[in-house]
Amino acid sequence: MEQHTRTDAYVDRYAARAAGMVASEIRALFAVAARPEVVSLAGGMPYVSALPLDTVGAMVGDLISRSGAEVLQYASAQGDPLLRERICEVMSLEGIQACADDVVVTVGAQQGLDLVTRLFVDPGDVVLAEAPSYVGALGTFASYQADVVHVPLDDAGLVPAALRETLERLRRENRRVKFLYTVPTFQNPAGVTLTAARRAQVLEICAEYDVLVIEDNPYGLLGFDHEPMRALRADDADRVVYLGSFSKTIASGLRVGWVLAPHAVRAKLVLAAESAILCPSNFSQLAVREYLTTQPWREQIKDFRELYRERRDTMLDALDAFMPEGCTWTRPAGGFFVWLTLPEGLDSKAMAPRAIAERVAYVPGTGFYADGSGHRHMRISYCYPEPHRIREGVRRLAGVVERELELRDTFGGVAPGGSAGGVHTPGPDTV
Amino acid sequence: MELGHVVVLAGGLSHEREVSLRSGRRVADALRSLDVPVELRDADATLLDSLARDTPDAVFPVLHGAAGEDGSVRGVLELLGIPYVGARPDACRVAWDKPTAKAVVRRAGLNTPASIALPRETFHDLGAASVMDRILAHLGLPLFVKPTRGGSALGTSVIREAADLPAAMVACFGYGDAALIERHIEGTEVAVSVIERDGEPHALPAVEIVTPNGRYDYTARYDSGDTEFVTPARLDPEAAARATEAAVTAHRALGLRDLSRTDLIVSPSGEVHFLEVNVAPGMTETSLLPRAIAAAGLNLADVCRDLLLQLRTP
Repeated sequence: MEQHTRTDAYVDRYAARAAGMVASEIRALFAVAARPEVVSLAGGMPYVSALPLDTVGAMVGDLISRSGAEVLQYASAQGDPLLRERICEVMSLEGIQACADDVVVTVGAQQGLDLVTRLFVDPGDVVLAEAPSYVGALGTFASYQADVVHVPLDDAGLVPAALRETLERLRRENRRVKFLYTVPTFQNPAGVTLTAARRAQVLEICAEYDVLVIEDNPYGLLGFDHEPMRALRADDADRVVYLGSFSKTIASGLRVGWVLAPHAVRAKLVLAAESAILCPSNFSQLAVREYLTTQPWREQIKDFRELYRERRDTMLDALDAFMPEGCTWTRPAGGFFVWLTLPEGLDSKAMAPRAIAERVAYVPGTGFYADGSGHRHMRISYCYPEPHRIREGVRRLAGVVERELELRDTFGGVAPGGSAGGVHTPGPDTV
Repeated sequence: MELGHVVVLAGGLSHEREVSLRSGRRVADALRSLDVPVELRDADATLLDSLARDTPDAVFPVLHGAAGEDGSVRGVLELLGIPYVGARPDACRVAWDKPTAKAVVRRAGLNTPASIALPRETFHDLGAASVMDRILAHLGLPLFVKPTRGGSALGTSVIREAADLPAAMVACFGYGDAALIERHIEGTEVAVSVIERDGEPHALPAVEIVTPNGRYDYTARYDSGDTEFVTPARLDPEAAARATEAAVTAHRALGLRDLSRTDLIVSPSGEVHFLEVNVAPGMTETSLLPRAIAAAGLNLADVCRDLLLQLRTP
């Protein structure tokens, strides 16, 4: 008797929202990228080794000895009240005046985004996002079956005229826009920053079309050239839901982020958080609270800035030195990422396996567009590898691009391969 | 005989690292379920020192892709005098290079689709358009394009329109410097695994692969969930016998040892065509060899243990 089996016996049972949750061969390639032989310019991992680990270790040990019964217990879904006050102090560096009551602590900003999307988005609702946009956000939007409409950005961030045009078109089509999702400062993946003038314009347009703004700002304090930019939320407390994170300013492994939302939204967020996780990790929250209370965290952020600035400089110098003609890239003033555009006819996704064979990894641009376009782009990050590895990685990458140019010249520019469909959810080392 | 310390080798630096790690964990778990002392090791710069320091009684290589399947790691194991499961280096080298393997099995009397293998330099030096025109004129459509070396269907494409050939070539050259372009035979796709017992190759039941879009590519293998496997394959008895015989013939003709998996297409008229052979078949939860083992009423753990027990010192 013949037997029928499938690669996944449960394939017929999944909810429709699971249809967008697909891995890809690119994700599988990253298994190789994690090996030390490969220079990974793919990961968005902060360089946590720069923390004074002994001090942090002693602090955490002391915290458990002193107040273990509290630290290791459940706590409120909204998050620790004292930590929320510290969070308001952190946000004040970006001009935000907030009340701790309106802050909800989350498991990284990623969970904040998930909760916000859960609250606002029904299947088929339009979410606006920059083109390109953060891959982890696109994964979240796909899981809630949102229809992501991209709005272009340039070196000065989201283009206001394009935003207006898009909103106008959607209004004509009678389509409901639930929110604009934006990473205005040192954007992931493009590395660009929305200028002060454009910030005002974006808020004005969103007010005109009555669109909520989700401001995702994990890199805001990691600027190299000047004081932190004023957050969008600083200028519109009613229209902007702000997502913050300690992943880049303290440590990503703690998974502590937050949402600052208008009061009514905050109340719903707490209920949504309760149903998702009961409460965020009290251990992580109190470790962060202790760190912010007892450690020189502003100085540590300065150290991080200096470290990332050196790495940014190394990457830009190496790109200038090695990249073949026809490649262009952004010059970030902060954050972790450079967005590289390949010459016409090249496909960063098709090129990825060759890059892996040459022992260098990057994230193909296709992951940053909901429709899987973006073949000519890639994200390269300078946050994690040591400077000499960054230079070596860029040198190898340039060699790969040279070979691809040869291949292009041999076969002519060919239409890039289609996406496998759906957003390719990222692994934690590629966000 | 008791099995002592066994090293399962998985990972490596090939594009199939992820698949290999999954295969390796599965084999290691299977052996552990029989109380075999197993160590799962990556093929990295620390491997040889560790093998020299704490020499295992045997190695079970589950490395996919180059180094694992081209015989090089096995060659090094021979230098160290450590017995291992699977084909020896010379045989691996022949099986790993798909055009060479096709030539060998053709001489042994098997059908294999008409094809040509060309390095990227040929397209560069002679002009890609002219070369592709000649290929299309000679082989016709549809075509199957794949790297001459490699697995998990990475870099492969089915070409039904001539206009799609350049993109397929570029995708293929992403994974290797030479391409095998072969006539695509429509039919039932089956995999026949061969396990040796006492030096004699025995074919396991053929596994038929049915994909929603007709393409058993990387996504269909590992991610899509709706690829269907039918065991034994729905072939008429004569065709089934021919498929079984083809796999054993390929195993013998290529001088393979212990285990192999041969991928075949059976045309609607029952003709069996050899596509390629794998000397380190996938062992993941969705792979074909474990399905064939189950279809034969065996279990993976026993098969892996028996392969280790019958090892001969190289």
